[in-house]
Amino acid sequence: MSSTVLEVHNLRIEIPVAAGLLQPVRGISFGVDKGETLCIVGESGCGKSLTSLALMGLLPKAAVRSADRLEFRGRDLRGLGERQMSDIRGASMSMIFQEPMTSLNPAYTIGNQLEEAYLRHHRGKRAEARDRAIYLLEKVGISAAASRLKQYPHQLSGGLRQRVMIAMALMCGPELIIADEPTTALDVTIQAQILHLLADLQREFEMGMILITHDLGIVARVADKVAVMYAGKIVEEGPCERVFENPMHPYTQGLLRCIPVPGKTRRGEHLGSIPGLVPNLVGDIRGCMFRNRCPHAVDACLELGDTAVSLDGGHAYTCVRDVETIRASSSEPQPA
Amino acid sequence: MSTPEDVPALETVDVSCVFQVNQGFMRGRRPLRAVNGVSLRVPRGKVVGLVGESGCGKTTLAQILLGLLRPTAGDVRYDGVSASTFGRRDVARRIQPIFQDPYSSLNPTKTIRSIVSLPLRIHRVGEPSEWDDRVMQMLDMVGLPRRVAGSYPSQLSGGQRQRVAVARALIMRPEVVICDEPTSALDVSVQSQILNLLQDLKDELGLTYLLISHNLAVVEHMADRVAVMYLGRIVEEADTETLFSNPRHPYTRALLESVLTPDPRLGVPDSHLGTVFPNPIDPPSGCTFHPRCVDCMDVCKASAPTTTVEAGNRVECHLYGGDGKSRAAA
Repeated sequence: MSSTVLEVHNLRIEIPVAAGLLQPVRGISFGVDKGETLCIVGESGCGKSLTSLALMGLLPKAAVRSADRLEFRGRDLRGLGERQMSDIRGASMSMIFQEPMTSLNPAYTIGNQLEEAYLRHHRGKRAEARDRAIYLLEKVGISAAASRLKQYPHQLSGGLRQRVMIAMALMCGPELIIADEPTTALDVTIQAQILHLLADLQREFEMGMILITHDLGIVARVADKVAVMYAGKIVEEGPCERVFENPMHPYTQGLLRCIPVPGKTRRGEHLGSIPGLVPNLVGDIRGCMFRNRCPHAVDACLELGDTAVSLDGGHAYTCVRDVETIRASSSEPQPA
Repeated sequence: MSTPEDVPALETVDVSCVFQVNQGFMRGRRPLRAVNGVSLRVPRGKVVGLVGESGCGKTTLAQILLGLLRPTAGDVRYDGVSASTFGRRDVARRIQPIFQDPYSSLNPTKTIRSIVSLPLRIHRVGEPSEWDDRVMQMLDMVGLPRRVAGSYPSQLSGGQRQRVAVARALIMRPEVVICDEPTSALDVSVQSQILNLLQDLKDELGLTYLLISHNLAVVEHMADRVAVMYLGRIVEEADTETLFSNPRHPYTRALLESVLTPDPRLGVPDSHLGTVFPNPIDPPSGCTFHPRCVDCMDVCKASAPTTTVEAGNRVECHLYGGDGKSRAAA
């Protein structure tokens, strides 16, 4: 039995809209092993959140999901009905959502919401559910766990709510956890704590984790593998160190130049930026979608834009330009 | 009007703001000290960063500076003149805000032209026939195409909306702009565009910024001086280099440790801060930071620390100043 938890091949999402066919995710492939963290990074609208919803089978009704392979622990997810999917969801594959303020139900107690997930998969074992809830609340660093069960979400701070969300995702001991921007709404100090906690729990329970974020700082610190998404495609992927030390796709390079880094970027100097806007993904899509914002774009980008290039160590990117051209630019300063 | 160099554009002297919070039926009201004796100088032409966790009073302080809230004690001074001598509109001419969320800070039923020209109409500046020209100039200045003037906020992207917010703030040519988390709702590539724009406009128009942010990397990039706020007090204030290279207050150190730089060789830092942000209605005794502090001593629980000033930089902690110096060394 291999240690692969999730295997995705050529995942596509299509949504019919008034103007034509919207293709927010256009054929992406990735895999997650046991105990491994895959970070999907990209800006809003790149399709990263829809990807996570597609894995969970939670896409909006209008959206059509297709894939050559979509296997979770060797089980094909493609043909599963809603009932079978909900047996998996929350039990062996669970999700942590972005907003701890809105994703907890304000009308039910913490205990109620924690136990609900467990009872769905272990009928009638109320006492067991309660014990598990208390155990996990303590695990995620919440003191006086037993008394917290009676509290309502509004009585907890943002950091505590996100801890409750994490505990909830762990109730049934999942093998894969999908965290969609788990720390975006939180303070930096709390963010570090939550990431610490996630990493510890992942190690302890040997879960695979998909972490979706737009923050490259988080990616660098927690990821084993990185997939950079742009306009519905993975434009660069590979082991975390390799991608950060040797970013190849012009979009990855641009993103890394955009963020101020204490000690590296100088005050008063301009930060790098990526000109232009995210392209429209409705209708006929050809070539590399980054070409109209790319400093290295040539005519060939329109026809051969998706040429994949593999470097050693599992590092790969899609670009038609030769390695020397783009590599040279990653070290030179950004023109103002 | 000429102002001596050393008079700050904006200054608060021992400003406090106390809210009376209802405790529930028959339990009466208790005071919440959102801002507790804050003295802060924002020198002309400089950028002062204000950092701290949510709930520490950053935004309340901003509202006081904007004249939207009246401090319960202390004085706000614009160019060295007490705010009590200014009317609401005079304040608005000098000082303008840029808010965090460009999705909720622009009226969705108004066109961009109407949003940007609103300050002109309120203050009746110049002739109505000139207003449109000034709106167009502002759009040019913030890097928006003129054609968006007829659009509605919903037709613009997040970055474009934040540019509209910048245009609206600057059309009155204020001296001071208070940027309350100006980029935290934006994508990485857009964030850098807005930061570059703010920097250019500052140089071009000689603006003074108070930059409120919880993103310390952004503050480090933009600010000349940084003030760190905790539970309504400024616990450390220093020039940016000193604060980032030699943070003195344990809270500042914890904040800096929490910054995630994109360095894959490092793991997730542990800030040792614990989980619980204290209840501001019921603040801890002595130094309000002591329950979360790694360097907590007995004296911290008993008495509040006083401010120690050294080379223009100040810190409020028992580790420094007086007999504390020997303790810090030990």
